[in-house]
Amino acid sequence: MIGKGPRRRTGERATPWPLAVPAALAVAFLLLPLLAMVVRAPWRDLPRILVEAQALSALRLSLVCATAATAICLVVGVPLAWVLARSPSRWVTPLRGLVTLPLVLPPVVGGVALLIAFGRRGIAGQYLYAAFGIQLPFTTAGVVVAETFVAMPFLVVTVEGALRSADTGLEEAAAILGARRFTTFRRVTLPLVAPSVAAGSVLCWARALGEFGATITFAGNLPGVTQTLPLAVYGAFENDPPAAVALSLVLLAVCVGVLALLRDRWLRPGWGSQTGTAL
Amino acid sequence: MRSPTPTVAVLASTAALVLAGCGGSSSTGSSSSGTSSLAAAARSSASPTSTLTGQITVLAASSLTDAFTKIGKQFESANPGTKVTFNFGSSAALANLATQGAPVDVFASASPKNMATVVAAKAAKTPTTFAKNSMEIAVPADNPAHITQLSDLAKPGVKVALCVAQAPCGVAADTVLKNAKLTVKPATREADVTATMAKVTLGEVDAAIVYITDVKAAGSKVKGIEIPAAVNATTSYPIAVLTGTHTPALSQAFADFVLSGKAGQVLTGDGFAKP
Repeated sequence: MIGKGPRRRTGERATPWPLAVPAALAVAFLLLPLLAMVVRAPWRDLPRILVEAQALSALRLSLVCATAATAICLVVGVPLAWVLARSPSRWVTPLRGLVTLPLVLPPVVGGVALLIAFGRRGIAGQYLYAAFGIQLPFTTAGVVVAETFVAMPFLVVTVEGALRSADTGLEEAAAILGARRFTTFRRVTLPLVAPSVAAGSVLCWARALGEFGATITFAGNLPGVTQTLPLAVYGAFENDPPAAVALSLVLLAVCVGVLALLRDRWLRPGWGSQTGTAL
Repeated sequence: MRSPTPTVAVLASTAALVLAGCGGSSSTGSSSSGTSSLAAAARSSASPTSTLTGQITVLAASSLTDAFTKIGKQFESANPGTKVTFNFGSSAALANLATQGAPVDVFASASPKNMATVVAAKAAKTPTTFAKNSMEIAVPADNPAHITQLSDLAKPGVKVALCVAQAPCGVAADTVLKNAKLTVKPATREADVTATMAKVTLGEVDAAIVYITDVKAAGSKVKGIEIPAAVNATTSYPIAVLTGTHTPALSQAFADFVLSGKAGQVLTGDGFAKP
């Protein structure tokens, strides 16, 4: 039922088998683990387990932190994408490499780096602590920082790709008509790439929601404060695997829900997915 | 003739996430007979005529990292041709690995409770206790929160790291606090004692309740503050050969070596108490 690959090309014959077979394998490989979780889930005890595992507080924390991280990414990430796409400087290429590094960096390494930078004894953190008494590790703000660090490249790369492929003719027209560059950005460029900004935000949010390595390393692990849903899953798995499955189901449901909600609106092939493939 | 298949060796080394120089073909020798004599040979700190060869993977509690690394080297040099790789972590996580059929040979737990789950799952033979440990407060070398006694951990604003309640070090820390009738709201609960100690050595927390052996191993990077014996918690370390081992003779020899006087010296040198 699910094994049939993409074959919606109108007027074309069946997918050639050298493509169909690997595609079917890929589908089976991607879906089987999820299916296994649904099959093995402790459905009968689900409500009790979720209450005991404090699933709601972990879920709330996950949603709040992922949303906050996405907001920060939007505020600073979209301008960064513009600079990367439009700046004539020759430093842009190495800069692009550097800012997208967290995309490939193991998140745990990111967590260690954050701790050394923003921890109480960190390079920048010690001044934050001395001057304002701000200590990011072990706080909810620390979770947001870790998620922002890991997720921002997803937004930047998506938006930058859209900016590069966007028609610059409209921007030139706006400039000729006397618009200042920031006005052009606000009134012409941004609406033009809005679907990609939305797609990038969804990717960014999803990445933040699933963040684990940087979070547990930098922000620690405390229920209600820094224990997001992925951390709760990891903790539960050690002594109560069924609870881990139950918590995973919650995360799965949220992800499926968000994708279903956004798919038709923003993730249409052509707009979002076109830039999405830049990843 | 019963040599382990290459796949098993590869799996074992991969599971341990340790780069083992899988040197050539290895045979375990006659594995069914002579277990006790081999064990005796190992106990008398390894006769050079030992026929033990091959590779084993040992699951060991985080708090054993230093001691077992040394003991593993001693065992290898006493038995040329053997290779011991370790997988250190929270005893709870390791117990999970052992019961889920990971290709591992020996389990050394920081608590009888985690060993009991492995034995109950019929994944381990009879365990033997080889060491004991108790708890101490670790603070960064400059002691930023001026901790002098256990009750200081309950003061507002003092950032404390504890192990997760699933890990033996977390259980012991909770016992200490309960014995002392203290309510401490930790800043974080870390997966195992190594991660908890790291937060102290980095100076990110003001204090942590860890094993006395961890404080000793960290040297000058941290300061230890004793917990009164009346409220302190003690944990025992059992070791057992896992039933899924493909090298029973070598695994038993290693377990016996850990129980030997030579390994005992290493353990007591690192601050562990005798069982």
